[in-house]
Amino acid sequence: MSTDPGDRLPGLVAEFLRRHDPAGDRLGFLRARFDAGLAWVHYPVGSGGLAAPRHLQPLVDDEFARVGAPDNRPRRNGIGLGMVAPTLLRHGTTAQRDRLLRPLWTGEDIWCQLFSEPDAGSDLAGLTTRAVRDGGDWVVNGQKVWTSLAHRARWGILLARTATDVGKHQGITCFVCDMTAPGVQVRPLRQLTGEAEFNEVFLTDVRLPDDLRLGGVGEGWRVARTTLMNERVAIGGAPAPREGGLIGLVARTWRDRPELRTAGRHDELVRLWVRAEAARLAALRLRQQLATGEPGPEGSAVKLAFAELAQRISGFEVELLGEAGLRHDDWTMRRPAETDLLTRTATHRYLRARGNSIEGGSSEILRNIIAERVLGLPVEPRSDR
Amino acid sequence: MTNLRYDDTEEALRANLRAMLATHSPWTAVLARVAGTEEPYDRDLWDRLTGELGLGALAVPAELGGAGAGFREVAVVLEELGRAVAPVPYLGSVLATRALLSCDDPDLLGQLATENRGIALAVPFSAAPGVPVHPVAVWDGSALYGTVTTVADALAADLLLVPATDGLYVAQARAPGVAVAPVVSLDATRPLCDIVFAHAPARRIAGPDATARALTDALTAGAALLASEQVGVAQWCLDTTVGYLRERRQFGRPVGSFQALKHRLADVWVEITEARAVARYAADCLATGDPDTELAAALAQAHCAAVAVHAAQECVQLHGGIGFTWEHPAHLYLKRAKSAALAFGSADRHRSTVARLVDLPAPTPSVSG
Repeated sequence: MSTDPGDRLPGLVAEFLRRHDPAGDRLGFLRARFDAGLAWVHYPVGSGGLAAPRHLQPLVDDEFARVGAPDNRPRRNGIGLGMVAPTLLRHGTTAQRDRLLRPLWTGEDIWCQLFSEPDAGSDLAGLTTRAVRDGGDWVVNGQKVWTSLAHRARWGILLARTATDVGKHQGITCFVCDMTAPGVQVRPLRQLTGEAEFNEVFLTDVRLPDDLRLGGVGEGWRVARTTLMNERVAIGGAPAPREGGLIGLVARTWRDRPELRTAGRHDELVRLWVRAEAARLAALRLRQQLATGEPGPEGSAVKLAFAELAQRISGFEVELLGEAGLRHDDWTMRRPAETDLLTRTATHRYLRARGNSIEGGSSEILRNIIAERVLGLPVEPRSDR
Repeated sequence: MTNLRYDDTEEALRANLRAMLATHSPWTAVLARVAGTEEPYDRDLWDRLTGELGLGALAVPAELGGAGAGFREVAVVLEELGRAVAPVPYLGSVLATRALLSCDDPDLLGQLATENRGIALAVPFSAAPGVPVHPVAVWDGSALYGTVTTVADALAADLLLVPATDGLYVAQARAPGVAVAPVVSLDATRPLCDIVFAHAPARRIAGPDATARALTDALTAGAALLASEQVGVAQWCLDTTVGYLRERRQFGRPVGSFQALKHRLADVWVEITEARAVARYAADCLATGDPDTELAAALAQAHCAAVAVHAAQECVQLHGGIGFTWEHPAHLYLKRAKSAALAFGSADRHRSTVARLVDLPAPTPSVSG
């Protein structure tokens, strides 16, 4: 038998499909797939994987997709799959991984991220939510904001301050927050698009047992960095075919409606097309580089480029449409499960894209990260370290 | 699947070449050559690159005596040569090699590979792929007559590939009847020249159809591979500027700690990150004969040319006064970048090609009343 996992995997998938009916119970199928190590093949055995090379995952996904097997609809649990899972893998205890990873992967448990606070957005380490030890529990008080999916989430990954007499990056601890615990209150936060993708979360005397602490006391900043680097990769680095994103919508409009074409718009459209393709290739190259390693600050480049491009393309699209660009579809407050960019109007895309350069690290903060961590330029003098 | 990374062989080639260039072609030497009365090309360096590293034969198939490497490796070489603004006629020889590969002339290719003979394709440096190249000469039955302007890397060539009305000819560059005259070039590290053929002896190596194909292939390759050189130019500009801003102090602190400057350099870095992906894509398409090669080449010049120019302009600006002097090498990179932006057609022309290939039609001109 071959020891190359790339040779073994197709056989394992085929064997799995012989024993589990893709048309049967969806959840049962997904749980079995996790237990067989075919969820994330690069994760350790017992955590949904086979300790195989990371780049083999698409081979497995493609094979399940080919036979029409149920998937875990990753976009509905994007935070869990994209950011929390790698963080649990790296910083969680065996007991935490055993308890949390499978329902996360199957989508039974939706996750949210309780990082941002009203007074600590870009300056995340300035957070003031407190966690105080009380016997075997921690008691949490504070407020979080910009929390997508909090209204559906079973769990949240939470940063709280556990010490105030040390530097602001040292006094932070990471927890898994039970969103059903007494004292957790979630309120929708309506944004300028009219919908409420996000929430405010109020934490009042929330008791979390110590076994929900993720990483060491005071180690929260290190844990958070794993999450944040994965966030940028998740936001900017999704694999897309050519014209798979917003540029595809505009290109289709251009092809279908010759009456909208002008020379100036043509020039701008082609410029945007070229930039979109360059950004797509950069994301693809990043993924090829990441296939064996962890995300580095390069994810910041892809995220930054993606945000600016989305804003330029959506702005162009509204103008291209002329009179139709004056009409919006609906201002009713909605609670979308995922960012709904491709099925709404151009006006919605334009407005939603304003958030792209703010969420997940503002473009200004990302430029600082690139300048300091990639290029090694000196930090600006500051008084809060 | 398209491979946008550098493999181990390519990294090894890069390391060898970079070390050789650091020793034998530091920027001080390049600057001295540009400023002085020496000849424009560094013959010693070129001999080393072709002799010791076999660069001249990199893309020539192994069965003809070449290295049989391929265009991914050629792209890495260009990236390093761009990083050093090395005054060697490599790009021109790559163009000619690509043309000869299309013409299927094994004898000439074999000669190139084994004898390290310099060769250039006699077309204007600004000739773009996809646009028919006018024949630059006429064959009267016994010799070539005609003129071609702003040819890259022909000054160092022994042989010239000349597109004439009835096919492609190879002529001795130093034969009677061939006048190769240097022009004062924007980029002195890649000097251009005008060539006049007046009763020049030559040998026909391809008919009209094969010539058209060879020219298109050569110019497409040029556009695709120049992107890697542009990445190298841009990367040097960024690295050098970062190094300077880390050291230079004003207002009591390193200039590089000012956010306004950091953000500008971060933007350049993002642009280079994208340009590198685009350049690798073009090189990989070219190397594998991907059907996307024409698009990848157009994309490369529609994107990477401006990235190199921007990086070089920022390099001059962020160095402040010293960046505006002749003694600092920044201007060598600015001139290389701006001149390369016109090579193989402007970005605007390449955007037209992109538009055609991906079906984004220009508006139909309206009938004026």
